[in-house]
Amino acid sequence: MPVRLRPIVFIVALLVLWHFAVIRSSTHLLPGPMEALGGIADLVRHGLLVKYVTASLFRVTWGFVAATVLAIPLGLVIGWYRRFEMALNPLIQIFRPISPLAWIPMAILWFGVGDLSAVFLIFISCFFPLLLTAINSVQRVPAVYVNAGRNFGMGPASLIYRVLYPAALPQLITGLRITLGIAWLVVVAAEMISVNSGLGFLIVDARNAGNRYDLVVAGMLIIGAIGCLLDLGMGSFQLDYSEN
Amino acid sequence: MPVDTKLSASHLNFCYKRDGKTTQVLSDVNLIVGEGEFLCIVGPSGCGKSTLLSTFAGFLSPNSGEVRIDGGVVSGPDPRRILVFQEPGVFPWLTVEGNIEFGLFRKPRAERQRRIAHYIELVGLKGFEKAYPAELSGGMKQRLEVARALAVNPDILLLDEPFGALDSITRLTMRRELLRIWREERNTVIFVTHDIDEAVQLADRVAVMSGRPTNIQQTFLIDIEHPRDISAPRYLELRNAILEELGIAHYV
Repeated sequence: MPVRLRPIVFIVALLVLWHFAVIRSSTHLLPGPMEALGGIADLVRHGLLVKYVTASLFRVTWGFVAATVLAIPLGLVIGWYRRFEMALNPLIQIFRPISPLAWIPMAILWFGVGDLSAVFLIFISCFFPLLLTAINSVQRVPAVYVNAGRNFGMGPASLIYRVLYPAALPQLITGLRITLGIAWLVVVAAEMISVNSGLGFLIVDARNAGNRYDLVVAGMLIIGAIGCLLDLGMGSFQLDYSEN
Repeated sequence: MPVDTKLSASHLNFCYKRDGKTTQVLSDVNLIVGEGEFLCIVGPSGCGKSTLLSTFAGFLSPNSGEVRIDGGVVSGPDPRRILVFQEPGVFPWLTVEGNIEFGLFRKPRAERQRRIAHYIELVGLKGFEKAYPAELSGGMKQRLEVARALAVNPDILLLDEPFGALDSITRLTMRRELLRIWREERNTVIFVTHDIDEAVQLADRVAVMSGRPTNIQQTFLIDIEHPRDISAPRYLELRNAILEELGIAHYV
């Protein structure tokens, strides 16, 4: 059997197992795969699938992009100037462990129930990991590279653009990839509370409005599949200079 | 002896301060290097050879004393003197060409192209123009770094154990290559090593440093024509004299 087929065969086997296990157990603790598939079909029929996926992706994109645009340059500068880092580090360390979900009440207070709240929560959840990634990636740039740049007569601007940035890039991309995963986790929670659309909303709504667990599981599967695709997409940008 | 003084260090003192403790590394170092000279500096490991080279390059400022190059006091890094380290400092995100071009950012395009071609040829990397450092062997990477340094046409090439991480066969080839390049380019070379044989094979003059806090204990003029016969009596005599100066017995 070709190696590439193995995971697919395994997944199909698990689906079959799931299907028969649910039938045999004759309880309602878990909908079977056919019901979940039916749930997805239902969503497609009502035009909700595309609408909810778009809504979730929209929020993640804005929150993630805003965090990237702010956190990466800020982190590069903080990492480069040691004194900045010493001054700001305690503050960053205090904010970092606060779960983005703890921000939900403040988000609703400041931005009301709506897209802006959800985008803000994604932003908060991405900002600190990206800031730390950028700080670390600059500090890990080997001194030989920086010294070579200085030796050849480069000023701070070209040093940052021609040495620090390319040297830090592989680590930055890894950080972006991990952070996008976090954003995708957080959007579901954010949508459960602060908006009326999106995949997170779908899950809460399906449960509240008539215990449609087939839709709950359908939503979970869609979240998993899209998260997987996002990670694959970011992974394709990954760089490793040691294996050109 | 060369006539013109290229670099002079006078009464150099340097201390590292760490956790409130001060460690004196350089203690009244005095040295004169002639224009176009190939000088090797040997000394026990950790004695401060690299520190000395960093003050020559302008990366470290001495606590007292001064380094002068062509009469002017060294106050910071400058493309007229390029320091090459033992760890590979070539940029992994640039190709061989890109690395050599790196220091030429102020030069017009045609001049950049000319120098890239010249130095690729000189260090024997022809055919690898588009290769990335990850595809090169250790010796090739080190040659690339020398090429990148030479491309900006520095007056002085400062080499800090540049072949220290290479295997012994590659190291021998690299020495021959470096001598060939030096004969063509005629830069002043200051070469730090802990390998006495390497020093005697390469240098016009060998400066021996003491343990820390270090100064120049003695210099030896290597009055042997290239190519050098490493079993000739004069070679062995000089080598043994340096070993003795370092306080090491000649047998293992």
